[in-house]
Amino acid sequence: MATATVAHHEAASHDHHDHEHHDNFITKYIFTQDHKMIGKQFLVTGIFWAIIGGFLSILFRLQLGFPDMNLEFLRPLLGGWIDESGKLDPTFYLALVTMHGTIMVFFVLTAGLSGTFSNFLIPLQIGARDMASGFMNMLSYWFFFLSSVIMFISLFIKTGPAGGGWVVYPPLSALEQAIPGSGLGMTLWLVAMTFFIASSLLGGINYITTVINLRTKGMSFSRLPLTIWAFFLTAVIGLLSFPVLFAAALLLVFDRSFGTSFYLSDIYVAGEALPNTGGSAVLYQHLFWFLGHPEVYIVLLPALGITSEVIATNSRKPIFGYKAMIISMLGITILSFIVWAHHMFVSGMNPFLGSIFMFLTLIIAVPSAVKVFNYLTTLWRGNLVFTPGMLFSIGLVSFFISGGLTGIFLGNSAIDIQLHDTYFVVAHFHLVMGSASFFGLMAGVYHWFPKMFGRMMDARLGYVHFWLTFTGVYLVFFPMHYIGIAGFPRRYYSWTNFEFSNMYTDLNMFVSVAAIITFAAQFIFLFNFFYSMYRGRKATLNPWRSNTLEWTTPLHPGHGNWPGEIPTVYRWPYDYSKPGAAEDFIPQTVPLSQTPESNLPHEQELVKMELEIMKDEEQVLVANESKH
Amino acid sequence: MSAHSTAIGVSSKRGVWGGGNEPLKASYGKLMMWFFLLSDIFTFTAFLITYLAIRVSYPAYAGSLDSFTGSNEYWPVPELVFEAVPFLHGIHAPLIFVGIMTFVLISSSVTMVLAVEAGHRNDRGDVVKWMLWTMLGGITFLSCQAWEWNHFIHGTEGGSVLTYINSIGQNVTETVFGANLVVNEYGPPAFAQLFFFITGFHGFHVTIGVVLLFLAFYQAAVGVYDKRGHYEMIEKIGLYWHFVDLVWVFVFTLFYLI
Repeated sequence: MATATVAHHEAASHDHHDHEHHDNFITKYIFTQDHKMIGKQFLVTGIFWAIIGGFLSILFRLQLGFPDMNLEFLRPLLGGWIDESGKLDPTFYLALVTMHGTIMVFFVLTAGLSGTFSNFLIPLQIGARDMASGFMNMLSYWFFFLSSVIMFISLFIKTGPAGGGWVVYPPLSALEQAIPGSGLGMTLWLVAMTFFIASSLLGGINYITTVINLRTKGMSFSRLPLTIWAFFLTAVIGLLSFPVLFAAALLLVFDRSFGTSFYLSDIYVAGEALPNTGGSAVLYQHLFWFLGHPEVYIVLLPALGITSEVIATNSRKPIFGYKAMIISMLGITILSFIVWAHHMFVSGMNPFLGSIFMFLTLIIAVPSAVKVFNYLTTLWRGNLVFTPGMLFSIGLVSFFISGGLTGIFLGNSAIDIQLHDTYFVVAHFHLVMGSASFFGLMAGVYHWFPKMFGRMMDARLGYVHFWLTFTGVYLVFFPMHYIGIAGFPRRYYSWTNFEFSNMYTDLNMFVSVAAIITFAAQFIFLFNFFYSMYRGRKATLNPWRSNTLEWTTPLHPGHGNWPGEIPTVYRWPYDYSKPGAAEDFIPQTVPLSQTPESNLPHEQELVKMELEIMKDEEQVLVANESKH
Repeated sequence: MSAHSTAIGVSSKRGVWGGGNEPLKASYGKLMMWFFLLSDIFTFTAFLITYLAIRVSYPAYAGSLDSFTGSNEYWPVPELVFEAVPFLHGIHAPLIFVGIMTFVLISSSVTMVLAVEAGHRNDRGDVVKWMLWTMLGGITFLSCQAWEWNHFIHGTEGGSVLTYINSIGQNVTETVFGANLVVNEYGPPAFAQLFFFITGFHGFHVTIGVVLLFLAFYQAAVGVYDKRGHYEMIEKIGLYWHFVDLVWVFVFTLFYLI
């Protein structure tokens, strides 16, 4: 290596060192610009919201499973929302389902999942010192925090939080006189979501730019770990769909607060005509679902990316169909923008349009199935290592299959007439998007915990957590399909007045009990997470014997990730159990020229070029390095 | 370290996408501006689609242009609504004023290009000069828009007789002057609501643009960019400014021409 370059790098790393020294508590833990700490901030905030969101679901499951139960014991917590007879207030029930949906979709599975792992893993896995703009990254978290505070406050106001469903369809959400949940709670919901969108745009722009510009030498797009591909495409989806939600929300704000009627027309409330004319409620649905459907993939793709990485590592096999995985993710990304109207089959849309959207929707089954088969073929005859992360990844694949199958039912515009807005839909998306993404999140936490905190989580508690959650999820959501096919509609406070639904009282009771057990099981994880953070077994540098770059950093990487030069990448990230190799994994930083025994014929041909590049680059400074 | 944030191209046998360089030959800041604008396109598109959806749900005016009167039954003819010019009271000048506004804004894009070009030459004097012109163009546009809104809100001398439900829920028939969010003398309420909302949202973008232009103008004038060694900030703000102009072309087409 040329001396000039060495000197420069030493100077650079010295700078980093200096920088570290001046970190105080506030710049290190609160207003940090270090992507790793920001990732952890997102994670902890996401966990906080997951507990709240989960708890809200337990409250309304009590109402659904045990409609006659005396909920007096919740009065200390819920106060006036429990009425004199000890029942849950019906309007508060609506607020509960609304907030459960909002919190889980946006705050847990978007910010908590994408925010955590995109921030934490992108620079580490592509070989960058930090995100392109650490400052914007910090802003992204603090906008999310502000949004969280506002949404949290809305839980405690007198009229209750927003109650129009997480989709907040007007006119219900636009008219304050409609339900209490359309009052101040709805206003706060819109304000919070505006900040949330700002946060996700700041984050997304950063992720995309970082992946394009800051990859280390040799890290071409065809050598990116699938996690990074997934985060990259997720950010692209968010970048293009969140602004449309922003537009929809802003129009709704004007309808609510300034007397416009973009979504309102010909409405009578309590026998009185409203002045609004000319608007269209279906217009809102189109705008909303233009975000709403891609949002499903914003939630799911990062989980699928994490799963690809965890399954390949713990099967000790290269991921099956690396290119097919990328192409199917690209396909999902594109298709996600042209299927939104399958949420609106019964909204009075032209049936011909319905059949077009049905066709497009069913095409998504193809890339999804490609991904599933690739997971299964990666697992096939692998030397499986059942770490907790691996179990959660396999759990994801299971949910993705069982929930994906019912998606084919629902994508059909004719069958959807029967199933629309029933518990069948609830069961479908809780499996395929809710639980699958949650399992991806868990797999990620178990897998990258050693990199985050330098300690291992307890595996045995992890197994208990997995099996309780895995069986719990199926026990909760599988019976829901039957309840839904029977015609039990979602979002209703009570259906016990009807003869046909009485038949399902015991099933609902069963679901509620399973939900409570599953929720309780999450406290095992919480204990494990916080206990291991301080008392866990010290991790080794590469505990899962993985190929990707993050495991080449020190146990507690400082701001800048690598103390010396950023490593160069010479191969793809999935060289596991390569025939001829001494170890069953070859990290990305090992040049092909050092492994003649395991090189495939076409790789052997690349050796010569690789040596030439190495010789050339001794003179050249890594472009990324000049950033610091 | 002068190459701090301008693009770095490393010619390597790996190819441009092989990592360790900036494959699109753009610094991260410029990429971020591009991606922000991409997302902003989607925001504006959503608004313009909203406009079109509501616009086509109303019938067009069917009678002869000479006998046009405003009514909330049909969409008005834009050239008969936007026909006033300051200081030329009572003269029918269809779309003349908005044409001037548009010309000013487009011209400011031209001066922006000249500022960026001067930045490439590291010519501080020229950058400052052209930034000033661009800023003046932006401020002129905003002033024109303020006058136009003012005229739109106050209305014509005659007004129009309309039957509508007022904000306290009464069905009334009266002469309406000008426009607000409940009723307007020109056409259906949605006409004025969309006009205020979308041109307002665009005007908000222009306002932010003027603020950015001023900051860059000031920094260029006091030599911040000279010290930095490059004028990339001018380019980034230029991207934003051209985008705002481009959006206006669509807003103009939808509101004034069709």
